[in-house]
Amino acid sequence: MSAAEGTTPAAAGGEGASVRSETLRRFVQGDLASLRVVLGLAVIWVIFQLQNDRFLSAENLTNLMLQITAIGLISVGIVYVLLLGEIDLSVGAVSGLAAAVMAVLNVNHGWSPYLAIGAAMLVGLAIGLLQGSLFSRFGVPSFVVTLAGLLAWQGALLQVLGSTGTINLTDPKITGLANTFYSDAVGWIFCAIVIAVFATVVLVGHRRRVAAGLEGERMATLGLRIGLVAAVAIAAVAILNADRGVPLAVLILLAFVAGMEYVAKRTRFGRHVYAVGGNAEAARRAGIPVNWVRVTVFGISGSMAAIGGIMAASRLLAVNQGSGGSELLLLAIAGPVIAGTSLFGGRGAVWTALLGALVIGSISNGMDLLALSSAVKFMVTGGVLLIAVIVDAIARQQRQAAGRV
Amino acid sequence: MNSDGALLELQEVSKRFGPVQALDRVDFAVNAGEVVGLVGDNGAGKSTLVKTIAGIHGADEGAIRFDGREIKVTRPQDATRLGIATVYQDLALCDNLDVVANIFLGQEEISPGPGEATRQLDEAKMEHRAGELLSNLAVTIPSLRTEVGTLSGGQRQQVAVARSLLGEPRVVLLDEPTAALGVPQTKQVLELIGRLREHGLGVVVISHNLANVFEVADRIVVLRLGRTAGDFPAEDTTEEHVVAAITGVGEGASGNGKEEAQR
Repeated sequence: MSAAEGTTPAAAGGEGASVRSETLRRFVQGDLASLRVVLGLAVIWVIFQLQNDRFLSAENLTNLMLQITAIGLISVGIVYVLLLGEIDLSVGAVSGLAAAVMAVLNVNHGWSPYLAIGAAMLVGLAIGLLQGSLFSRFGVPSFVVTLAGLLAWQGALLQVLGSTGTINLTDPKITGLANTFYSDAVGWIFCAIVIAVFATVVLVGHRRRVAAGLEGERMATLGLRIGLVAAVAIAAVAILNADRGVPLAVLILLAFVAGMEYVAKRTRFGRHVYAVGGNAEAARRAGIPVNWVRVTVFGISGSMAAIGGIMAASRLLAVNQGSGGSELLLLAIAGPVIAGTSLFGGRGAVWTALLGALVIGSISNGMDLLALSSAVKFMVTGGVLLIAVIVDAIARQQRQAAGRV
Repeated sequence: MNSDGALLELQEVSKRFGPVQALDRVDFAVNAGEVVGLVGDNGAGKSTLVKTIAGIHGADEGAIRFDGREIKVTRPQDATRLGIATVYQDLALCDNLDVVANIFLGQEEISPGPGEATRQLDEAKMEHRAGELLSNLAVTIPSLRTEVGTLSGGQRQQVAVARSLLGEPRVVLLDEPTAALGVPQTKQVLELIGRLREHGLGVVVISHNLANVFEVADRIVVLRLGRTAGDFPAEDTTEEHVVAAITGVGEGASGNGKEEAQR
């Protein structure tokens, strides 16, 4: 605590001369990590586009969005776990198991697709709550609990699939999740809704601050933020419409990212998640039900894993013994970390799930276009993750050196 | 001193942990608009006394009166509800959250509407209220939206004190508020304690630093081995007297503090 004193003037940013170095510090230390990642993404895109001019084509960008849906959804839950400073290694296996449950119920037992999907999500939720309870009740590190889960749920997947090992999905409601595209007009309507909702949220928030007698942001800043989001939304819809149209899968991903971002940043529960991740003892003394928050977060993680698994199965049109396996887990964790959510808890945002999935998906997709082998893909993705984690650790060290634990 | 009008009064409070008699028939009182310094050696029972008042662990024997009525505090919530706030030594702030979020931690305001779980935090209201609270205390912090981790030790202490005032308590207990602070920060915190007194609060300050205690306290209560070993008006006493009471030098017969003060 006392170490903070020496650095206070700089941290407070009181002097005009230090504004630029303050921005530089934030860029390096991670407050502006998202900007860093967006720049990184732009560099990746430029490199691949120079190597292969099909990379930034409408068709390939649409494919990219479809490829990242499952990972992005799983990462949404991972962000919550990371905000607590914990880890959930079971999400890959849970996603596979949930998809298998859906497939067995729908295909083998003739359940309606809605019930089968609902049951799969409940399986994910129940697994998450169970693991969260074991972690918070017995104080077993989440790393170990979910590592045990990784093995156990993979076994359960094999058990559920039975002797055939593969179940093909044919129900149009289920396969439609990842294979539905909307017409141009509908795409633009979604675009207008997104822009309108974002603008309303920003402007209403501004009005309330002013009404409470607080200093609001300048109108130019607000306009810039709305304009930026509008530009991205319009560009995205224009690109998607140039190919097959806006995919339902992308809307599902965006809806979960936006909804869970709202929960994290704007609700009491979300505030408590950040508080527990920042200082669990302080949260406890402030009357926050720490264990309840932990169990709930693992429930969210399990549910999002199930939803991601359902989307992956829908895209693959099948569930097999490899569902939810191989690098899915690691990429789902790597994404948010690359995009600036700290492994040490208390810092990050849900939309880093989307940004991180875009980075990882772009690398993977681009190298596929260049016909590079899996060996190269894994090594490059590993390298990017390593760099991101080192940047996170450096940011944390610098915060600590400046008295910011 | 004037135990009739005391805001918070403990009579013959005892607390035992297994074989250790942590508090042995301790009398203690604090009035509204008064700062009481609570001093004593390590293990003298200062922290136990504060935790007893704060409801962390209940007293085994003795009576606690608040505002003239006898009360039972067995849980922290009891103390909070009565208007007794505690600021602990390690502050218990979340460094990753800003000043407003820390002040309202666990007591966040939410916007009106249905479905408590999904309702928005009322950030504007919280920031407004936090601003009022801090300006009432004449605390200056660069921005209410600064992460608490970037603040100096003194500012963090001030935020912790401000947070304790959110429930409009009448008694504030401060555990070592100036430990680990530099000279200017210590001065800020002592001034803040003075302002709490001006606002009519009863303040109890635990400290090892006698110079600070003398600077801010109206009355100094010494604990030694779980007993009250002295109760001095700060103006009429010297550090030597207090140190003697703390260390027990010259303690023969079991005298009460006033006798020792006159030695």
